[in-house]
Amino acid sequence: MKNKKSETLEDAVGRIKDGATLLIGGFGQPGVPEILIDGVCDLGRRDLTIVTNNAGTGHSGIARLFEEGCVSKLVCSFPWAKESFVFKELYNAGKIELEIVPQGTLAERMRSAGAGLGGFLTPTGVGTDLADGKPSMNVDGKDYVLEKPLRGDFALIKAYQADPRGNLIYRKTGRNFNPIMAMASDFTIAEVQKDVAIDELDPEVIVTPGVFVDTYYVTGWYEIGKERSI
Amino acid sequence: MSEQTNLLTRQQIAARAAQDMQDGWLVNLGIGMPTMIPAFIPSNRDVMFHSENGLIGMGPPPAEGEADQDLISAGKELVTMVSGGAYVHHTDSFAIARGGRLDCAVLGAFQVAVNGDLCNWRLPNQTSGSVGGAMDIAAGSKRVFVMMTHTARDGAAKIVAARTYPLTAMKVVTKIFTDMAVISVTPDGFVLNEVAPGLTADVVQAATDAPLNMDAVGTIDVAA
Repeated sequence: MKNKKSETLEDAVGRIKDGATLLIGGFGQPGVPEILIDGVCDLGRRDLTIVTNNAGTGHSGIARLFEEGCVSKLVCSFPWAKESFVFKELYNAGKIELEIVPQGTLAERMRSAGAGLGGFLTPTGVGTDLADGKPSMNVDGKDYVLEKPLRGDFALIKAYQADPRGNLIYRKTGRNFNPIMAMASDFTIAEVQKDVAIDELDPEVIVTPGVFVDTYYVTGWYEIGKERSI
Repeated sequence: MSEQTNLLTRQQIAARAAQDMQDGWLVNLGIGMPTMIPAFIPSNRDVMFHSENGLIGMGPPPAEGEADQDLISAGKELVTMVSGGAYVHHTDSFAIARGGRLDCAVLGAFQVAVNGDLCNWRLPNQTSGSVGGAMDIAAGSKRVFVMMTHTARDGAAKIVAARTYPLTAMKVVTKIFTDMAVISVTPDGFVLNEVAPGLTADVVQAATDAPLNMDAVGTIDVAA
């Protein structure tokens, strides 16, 4: 049986190339794969498109990607938080492009890509600026906006435990976008706190089956949101 | 104009809004003032709170030493989970919102129009805003209540005949809780239900940029 574990951080993230689209898990800080992001920063990749809910916190994690000049475009729902000051400075300097997507639409666009669909009709955003230019349709008397699938070249996600086949379980609100992003990319890389033996995860509670996971890297527990150098 | 002392405090607005949270409801709370509501829910009512980052059954902030870095609210505050809660991923969380499983969402607003239009995600002079889950939740919740100051800091009316701010969701707001009043949004227009103690209906009308029906006006019970 193939074991999907990457023994080194570089093995886990090394195939990410300049210009790639990365789906990065997390809402706030829980569920952000900070160690994988550090790995991408250390590779010095450029011109990345990042799809993630927030625009980074402080100087660590996603904010480090911005600060080190790795990112040319951000797709997110909530860019303007006080803790996202690194992004704000780059945006104001015209160094980064921004696409705002309503949070539920962001999640569903990725699910749609992962599920092999051509998009979906949502009541979210009808009549608003964020529906400008998008086709709309009335179905049984209700108005909807057509939203297209959103796929990544890579997904960088964080989970709690993985087994050798890449089956995953998550921890509390660290779950958030991670299982959706795992479905929606060509190559999904998970960082996990702990790896366990095969059959140790109860099949009844596995959230992401290993079929959606290409490799995982074990980080151990760490305090989230701390600046660290690898 | 009213004297400052006759305006309700944020706690008093939250306490009044909490009275309208019915037994058995699942409720989503917007960032800011609405997050003060749970502390005022009457103890004999079973009200569950949904946080769109994947938490059904959000509880109060953790006790000293019991914080968990993986358990936060949509406002990114450390929280707890109540007994019987569940964690879900984002598409399930927003299926709950869009699929009509939220009995109520209590959101902040920049403007509410008489047709129920909600404006709360971007100011007109900004080229960009933080929409977060506001559009999904406002479009999908069974009821949308707004909790806000009655007027803007510069005194401009926020309760208006027609919106001038960027739209969040069309025709969704049914009730407004402010530091001056409780107002229902009905097919026949705004109805002034209650005013803060010490304020008159006329004072509230003067701070509102649309006609208020004042046929049956009570006083907000701040002792509740």
